[in-house]
Amino acid sequence: MFDLEMLLMLGLKVLFALLMIGAVMTMAGYSVLAERKVSAWMQGRVGPNRTVLPLVGSIPIVGKFMKGLGIFQPLADGLKFLFKEEMIPGHVNKFYYNLAPIVALVPALTTMTVLPFGEFFTENGESIPLMLANLEVGILFVLAVSSLGVYGIVLAGWSSNSKYPFLGGIRSSAQMISYELAMGLSLLPVFLWVSVPGTGAMGLSLVDIVNSQSQSPWLLFVQPLSALIFLIALFAETNRLPFDMPESETDLVGGFHTEYGGFKFGIFFVAEYAHIVVGSAIFTIVFLGGWHFLPWMSDPWPATWIGSLIGVGWFLAKTIFLIFFFIWIRWTLPRFRYDQVMNLGWTKLLPLALLNLIFYVLLVTWLDQPPA
Amino acid sequence: MNIVDLLFYFFATLSVGGGVLMVASRHPVSAAMFMIISLVSVAALFVLLEAFFLAILQVLVYGGAVMVLFLFIIMLLDVGPEGGKVSRIKMLSGLAGCLSVGILIILLLQFSGIGEASLENWQPIQDSEEVVGDSLIFSTSLKNFGYGLFTKYMLPIQVAGFLLLAAMVGVIVLSKNANMEKEN
Repeated sequence: MFDLEMLLMLGLKVLFALLMIGAVMTMAGYSVLAERKVSAWMQGRVGPNRTVLPLVGSIPIVGKFMKGLGIFQPLADGLKFLFKEEMIPGHVNKFYYNLAPIVALVPALTTMTVLPFGEFFTENGESIPLMLANLEVGILFVLAVSSLGVYGIVLAGWSSNSKYPFLGGIRSSAQMISYELAMGLSLLPVFLWVSVPGTGAMGLSLVDIVNSQSQSPWLLFVQPLSALIFLIALFAETNRLPFDMPESETDLVGGFHTEYGGFKFGIFFVAEYAHIVVGSAIFTIVFLGGWHFLPWMSDPWPATWIGSLIGVGWFLAKTIFLIFFFIWIRWTLPRFRYDQVMNLGWTKLLPLALLNLIFYVLLVTWLDQPPA
Repeated sequence: MNIVDLLFYFFATLSVGGGVLMVASRHPVSAAMFMIISLVSVAALFVLLEAFFLAILQVLVYGGAVMVLFLFIIMLLDVGPEGGKVSRIKMLSGLAGCLSVGILIILLLQFSGIGEASLENWQPIQDSEEVVGDSLIFSTSLKNFGYGLFTKYMLPIQVAGFLLLAAMVGVIVLSKNANMEKEN
């Protein structure tokens, strides 16, 4: 049944998956630190600068620098969540209360399977995308799986059996459904544009969309309106300010996670940041050219393993900039009121996305018509 | 038995079991959760058939949109464990259940070789992305779905779209009326 070769392949796949989870979780952890540091700088504070590991802190200059940046803070935060006492309030529905954090985290981690984050060059110079699974319908997979993440919030809100979490859960489900439509519609013209007959790019593959942006303008410049609608919908889907209806602290205490503490709250927290990391990566892939250098330019790095390493680094740099952008917006804009969120979604973004789609359908039809 | 068979039995059990538990469970939220499990495992069965597009649509439409609305309504109306009992018409639902199980059994008998269509007559599906002339080759690739939908099945699509539009207009008209009565 299992021969050695198959076992090796299975082991490698599991190893790759674990590495990917490790990378995304680390990025999520450090996004939390980035959030604290950036918010501190924006408000003229210092931010976390005390936590330090015993031996590393005594290295002359580097140790002090790392301590000041708060490099060790996520470690301390994680340990704190882990060792806190697990409190389960008496009035909750225990099964769903325990289930909800898992349901919130799993979709956030599953979407990363189809994310291409670089390319590898074989000896013949062919490029192979670096990703866990190259799916023909990659973008749909991301949309489908991330839409399952709302169950975590809804279940948490409902099972907590108290009014603030409940309101948070209800708001969240309404908001998710409203902005999913605009998000899907904003991506359609992008894929219409990319799948030109004859170029080989076909379907909804994330690899094809990155490759279509090498040596040509990024799709951000070709379709600025689609990018804007997608970005706004992304903010709403990740529950980030100014759209953080489910947990708006000022009117709902803590929203859907009011009754959660300790490690379960930590899981919700990490899931939110994992969503941000994956969302930023997807925006980079679709609109910012993925691992390609700059718009209108071919990659300056050689087609060897060095080049693929630089490519991955470049992709990470873009993604990290977008994560910074998420944080930047959060500490700049005030929160919308709930009716404003619904208004924006249904009466502004959705018609705009439809118009955008119709415009690009007409444009692509006009461009693609065979010469008379 | 290889790993695909194992996965098939696992997800088939989940989907059928989820369906049964959905009908049997007293609490509407539990029923909705079992329905989600059932729908997602049907999507997993599609994946085992390598029909990724269908699987993703199943999750996207049913798992991600329809069931969220279901849960939303259940929670908003706060239907408790007793909530489902009132509207249960036992005779009718029993009849509908018997009818659908009956149809299922007839179909199974027909396809499992008792009728004329035996397993030996089955043709393997041709998997190809090319569309030759007007003939549609059945495959799981995305292009063929699109080609089929916008050539052979154009009229059904238009009719379905029109039906959905009618339903949408109906909802708007109904909800507007209710609001106006309240204001008066």
